[in-house]
Amino acid sequence: MIPLSHYLILGAILFSLSVVGIFLNRKNLVILLMAIELMLLAVNLNFIAFSHYLGDSAGQVFVFFILTVAAAESAIGLAILVVVFRNRQSINVEDLSSLKG
Amino acid sequence: MLAGPEIFVFSMACAILVIDLFLPARWRALCYWLAQLTLIGAALLTFKTMTGASVLTFNHMFVADNLSVLLKLAGYVLTVFVFVYSRDYLQERGIFRSEYFVLGLLGLVGTMVMASASHFLTLYLGLELMSLSLYAMIAFQRDSVVATEAAMKYFVLGAIASGMLLYGMSMLYGATGSLEIAAVARALTKISPNDVILIFGLVFVIAGTAFKLGAVPFHMWVPDVYHGAPTAVTLYVGSVPKLASFALIARLLVGGLEPLAGSWQTMLMILAVLSIAIGNIIAIAQDNIKRMLAYSSISHMGFFLLGILSASPNGYSASLFYILVYAVMSLGAFGMIILLSRSGFEAERLEDFKGLNQRSPWHAFLMLLLMLSMAGVPPTAGFYAKLLVIQSIMKVNLIPLAVAAVLLAVIGAYYYLRVIKLMYFDDATERSPIQARWDMRLLLSFNALLLVGILPWVGTLMEVCRRAIQNLA
Repeated sequence: MIPLSHYLILGAILFSLSVVGIFLNRKNLVILLMAIELMLLAVNLNFIAFSHYLGDSAGQVFVFFILTVAAAESAIGLAILVVVFRNRQSINVEDLSSLKG
Repeated sequence: MLAGPEIFVFSMACAILVIDLFLPARWRALCYWLAQLTLIGAALLTFKTMTGASVLTFNHMFVADNLSVLLKLAGYVLTVFVFVYSRDYLQERGIFRSEYFVLGLLGLVGTMVMASASHFLTLYLGLELMSLSLYAMIAFQRDSVVATEAAMKYFVLGAIASGMLLYGMSMLYGATGSLEIAAVARALTKISPNDVILIFGLVFVIAGTAFKLGAVPFHMWVPDVYHGAPTAVTLYVGSVPKLASFALIARLLVGGLEPLAGSWQTMLMILAVLSIAIGNIIAIAQDNIKRMLAYSSISHMGFFLLGILSASPNGYSASLFYILVYAVMSLGAFGMIILLSRSGFEAERLEDFKGLNQRSPWHAFLMLLLMLSMAGVPPTAGFYAKLLVIQSIMKVNLIPLAVAAVLLAVIGAYYYLRVIKLMYFDDATERSPIQARWDMRLLLSFNALLLVGILPWVGTLMEVCRRAIQNLA
């Protein structure tokens, strides 16, 4: 049986990858959206691992809700992305710089 | 029917969305009136759920207590004001569509769910419902470059915040074995507060909450969103979600994690001092009033955290009082910006307030009240709000913190007074008369006068706040 800590470490690695992806990525907004998805998946992994080891199914139910909300979230994110592209003809992160101060 | 108000507002939001499909454009105002009726109906339903006790329903996921009733009622009142203020603004810019009102109502439902959450799941779902509505609302003016940019920034940072909050929640779940907030609190009394997983979870939960609050160092989105969003949306973003922030902190930190108060007190202290300092200092350098008010909101969130970090019932009720007063002030200030704007012109630079006294002495006086209240000058409600939070940290012997807060508040007074100086001592560059509907003028006057007119009842309001938090924790 795989110990709980392995799952938690994997979750932590995925989570940090997504944070690094968000803060280091200076090129493409789509990659940002993918990093956000990865972040939620890392959380899901955590929840499922804990839920299994605690023998409590509430965590797995929570995961279903997170997945659903993540779908709604990326729908809105992509919709905003489309409007941004229409207004600027670019989805480069560095171009998002008209608001400063 | 404890969840009656939520169900009602949600169904009405869906109904308005469908009704709008079949309405000719000139009947669009019907959606506005339906939205207002919804809020009144919801208020009546909420009064019915008022029992004074704390009642759980939906398998202990949803709680109806004094706090939830108070936050919901405050949410309805704020939303009514927001809708009245934004009506003309939206019409003049050709974005008077039912979506604004539907998203506003859905955001309110999210806030209401959070106010009544007694389980991580309901807390998360309420938060997401509110945030998703806000993202869409900010990007609502589709042809505006700045609004869409603000929406994208808010979306990315908001999603990171939710991710962090969830990551923290998963750790807390692992450490305590439960997702129900009351059960988490019970489990925490049995395990050591130095448990690594627990502290790890707490840090992430606090970071996520601070992001949503807009506290330094997680404040990057606040100025951009306040500045970029259409003013009617900024008005909403600056008022209703603040109640949700209080609900999030009250339910999660106070209701669930109070046994860890020793740990989160220090973290909140850093957030609060940084927020008050950086918010107040950077606000001085702004020449855009929406950006200035954004930084001012950051510093106000710092003050709000002061009450929470005292970890005493006194402090919690002071924070609740603070957030209610702040929401009213922010509503009035952005309402004033809307009042001075007209089609093709946004009164968002500080110069646009020059000589307001010559154009309209009454409105200059209202803005004076709002600014004095934000600065915390007696005898305004803003002064009492600051006084109460500072008193609450004095009572737990955090004197240096209280001194720092007062000194920084004095620095902050500078940029509020600058607006007053511009209004009264500078010559107007713009002389056109101020035009607005009668209902907006009336409500805006009421809104600003409330900050002084509430004084005889400050004690009553304090008592209401104290009762609201008493069955918490």
